[in-house]
Amino acid sequence: MPEYQNIFTRVQVRAPVYVGVPLPRGAWGRQGSGFFSHLLGRFGDTQVGPIYLGTTGLLSLICGFIAFEIIGLNMLASVNWNFIQFIRQLPWLALEPPAPSNGLHFPRLQEGGWWLMAGFFLTSSVLLWWLRMYRRARALGMGTHVAWAFLAAIWLYLVLGIIRPVLMGSFGEAVPFGIFPHLDWVAAFSLRYGNLFYNPFHCLSIAFLYGSTLLFAMHAGVILACSRQGADRELEQIVDRGTGAERAALFWRWTMGFNATMESVHRWAWWFAVLCPLTGGIGILLTGTVVDNWYLWAVKHHVAPMYPHVFPPVIDPSTLPGALK
Amino acid sequence: MMRIADRPFLVLAAGLALAALAGCERPPVEALQGGYRGTGMDEIINPRSDAKLSAKNVLPAAIPPAPTEGPLASAVYQNVQVLKDLNVAQFTRVMLAMTQWVAPPDQSCNYCHGANMASDDRYTKVVARRMIQMVRYINEDWKSHVGHTGVTCYTCHRGNAVPKNVWFIEPRRLANSGFAENNAGKNKPSVGDTSLPEDPFSYFLLRDASIRVQATSALPDGDRSSIKQTDNSYALMIHMSESLGVNCTYCHNSRSFGVWNSSTPMRSTAWYGIRMARALNNNYLVPLTATFPAHRLGIEGDVAKVNCATCHQGVFKPLYGESMAKDYPELTGEMHNAPPAPAAPPVGRLYFDADQSAKWAEGGESLDAVVAYLKDHADAKAGISGYNDPTGNRAHNLQLAKERAKAVRQALESDGISPERVKLEKPLDTTGSGDLKDARRVEVTVEQ
Repeated sequence: MPEYQNIFTRVQVRAPVYVGVPLPRGAWGRQGSGFFSHLLGRFGDTQVGPIYLGTTGLLSLICGFIAFEIIGLNMLASVNWNFIQFIRQLPWLALEPPAPSNGLHFPRLQEGGWWLMAGFFLTSSVLLWWLRMYRRARALGMGTHVAWAFLAAIWLYLVLGIIRPVLMGSFGEAVPFGIFPHLDWVAAFSLRYGNLFYNPFHCLSIAFLYGSTLLFAMHAGVILACSRQGADRELEQIVDRGTGAERAALFWRWTMGFNATMESVHRWAWWFAVLCPLTGGIGILLTGTVVDNWYLWAVKHHVAPMYPHVFPPVIDPSTLPGALK
Repeated sequence: MMRIADRPFLVLAAGLALAALAGCERPPVEALQGGYRGTGMDEIINPRSDAKLSAKNVLPAAIPPAPTEGPLASAVYQNVQVLKDLNVAQFTRVMLAMTQWVAPPDQSCNYCHGANMASDDRYTKVVARRMIQMVRYINEDWKSHVGHTGVTCYTCHRGNAVPKNVWFIEPRRLANSGFAENNAGKNKPSVGDTSLPEDPFSYFLLRDASIRVQATSALPDGDRSSIKQTDNSYALMIHMSESLGVNCTYCHNSRSFGVWNSSTPMRSTAWYGIRMARALNNNYLVPLTATFPAHRLGIEGDVAKVNCATCHQGVFKPLYGESMAKDYPELTGEMHNAPPAPAAPPVGRLYFDADQSAKWAEGGESLDAVVAYLKDHADAKAGISGYNDPTGNRAHNLQLAKERAKAVRQALESDGISPERVKLEKPLDTTGSGDLKDARRVEVTVEQ
């Protein structure tokens, strides 16, 4: 009897490697002949490979590698090619976009040109990977939902990295490549534009983000809870509702009066996930281009609540008569 | 029943979870509500780190007050340029305090003074004199920041010859990066472990770059402040937060950092603090650059400068707001600003018509300023140099230049300047510079 534990699958199926459905004419072959991994089998399917690389996959990897190298080597150069300092300071290191004074010109390599090049290759890599996902889905006769969901994330990435900076007229508005530097950028962005929490599209994005986690937890929880009745065989249960899925649905009907179906819960989840970066991207796009201070915007539209004063009134000292500079 | 050893993944996960918490302070901490409820304007106090900090911020025992009678130090000692209003006992008390607060214990008075106490041959003495002026300047002119608590040398020095928390200009291009990206002045572990600019001080505590980057209108209205400018403002704020051991909400309602009417009164104090640090750096420390020996200077050859940490040292008020200055009225007393830079001695320039030496023409600077200066400064002397234009006979020209100088000496004497204070100084070349009209002149310079 198969036995399922919390995260790790204790039963591993071993059979001859399954190479997948036949490929259409003209496509590349699949790489490798596949093998079994016990360790990976604990998390998912125990069979690894064969993998389909294809033209777009290969080009995407090459472009991604170039971007990775540009970023990494510049970071290494910034610590004088010292590998120990590179490891120690890695979270702080970055490839920085050009100075705001550069506007939208192509700067010297040392002054942001590398950043633009890294961005170009990373964007190429991501778009090629998107194309590959789309074509693989089509080749398998699937819908293209995964590709469109991925495109929603790409939209947010493009808004941050190129669309908004171009609208603002300065590459300097874009995000640096780096671990802490991109986080500090986020904070500085919110500081400059008067608190992003008052941006309604940011609110929507957060709602969809938290909503996604909530849906994921509800769905995954109830399916795992009914897996001994076979609820985890979801695709079968969509067309032929068995005890598992029926029980899961009943659980929600009893606890909150309404239940999604085995198919619709995945539409809910897909739209929540896709709308998170979609609305987020809109929020970023409007910042600085259409709204310059979200807090003041919220005050203007009576969104921000006003609190009673608890301190004596504070006046901007620079507005006092005879103020210091 | 499973033994824990059979679950390596669980052990690993627990280990990772603990490691992730290693950077956190252990509870309990106290939260003191500051702002209106729900705004999160709390001060977080960790009693354990607070106890350690308190132990480091104990005032040294005050030296017993000095009697108020007695002759002025400036009348007894030589070369007393500051603290002129103090009597000998008060003056000595300040000197004694400085040996305890600043001078290395093994050097004591010798840190600043040589065998001749009056001599200025040690740079430390010249610096100390200026710092005494600075302390009085802060206590007198910056009540907006230091209130009536005031400062003493100890506020910054704490027994160190050089205060522990000073800053130097961060060299922008330490290494020639060649082909690679230039040093952006950020993205290194810096203020508060962020990757923000390492040197926001040059912008705000030396120059007066605009720190206000947040738009002041809801919709775009021409504010072009960039994210990179914001990085600088943000970095100074993190420095402030670290230096004072407080969080953002000590001064701001974090929902709008820019708006003043929801800020706390402390923000106003901090605003003056930025200006105070800037004034101290520009008026007191930078002018001492040439006084310091090279080993006291930064990589860029700049002098050690102050920022918030120099005085605060991790505490919201230096030394927890305990006033040391009240025990040392010598340092808060009469205002002794920087002595006014001695006004440049005046120069007289008198122009003569061609071949004339008896009387100068109208239009030059008159002799009045020179005469007035010489009368005010009994030990000043005047030097007179006569010039001719390049035309004409050389021997005649030499004579002409000399006669012109003599005419001016005559004029000074008739204005009451004694002849021994006036000297004729023959130039190496009596042919004056400039065009013909300018060349025919007499220059009067004043020497101390």
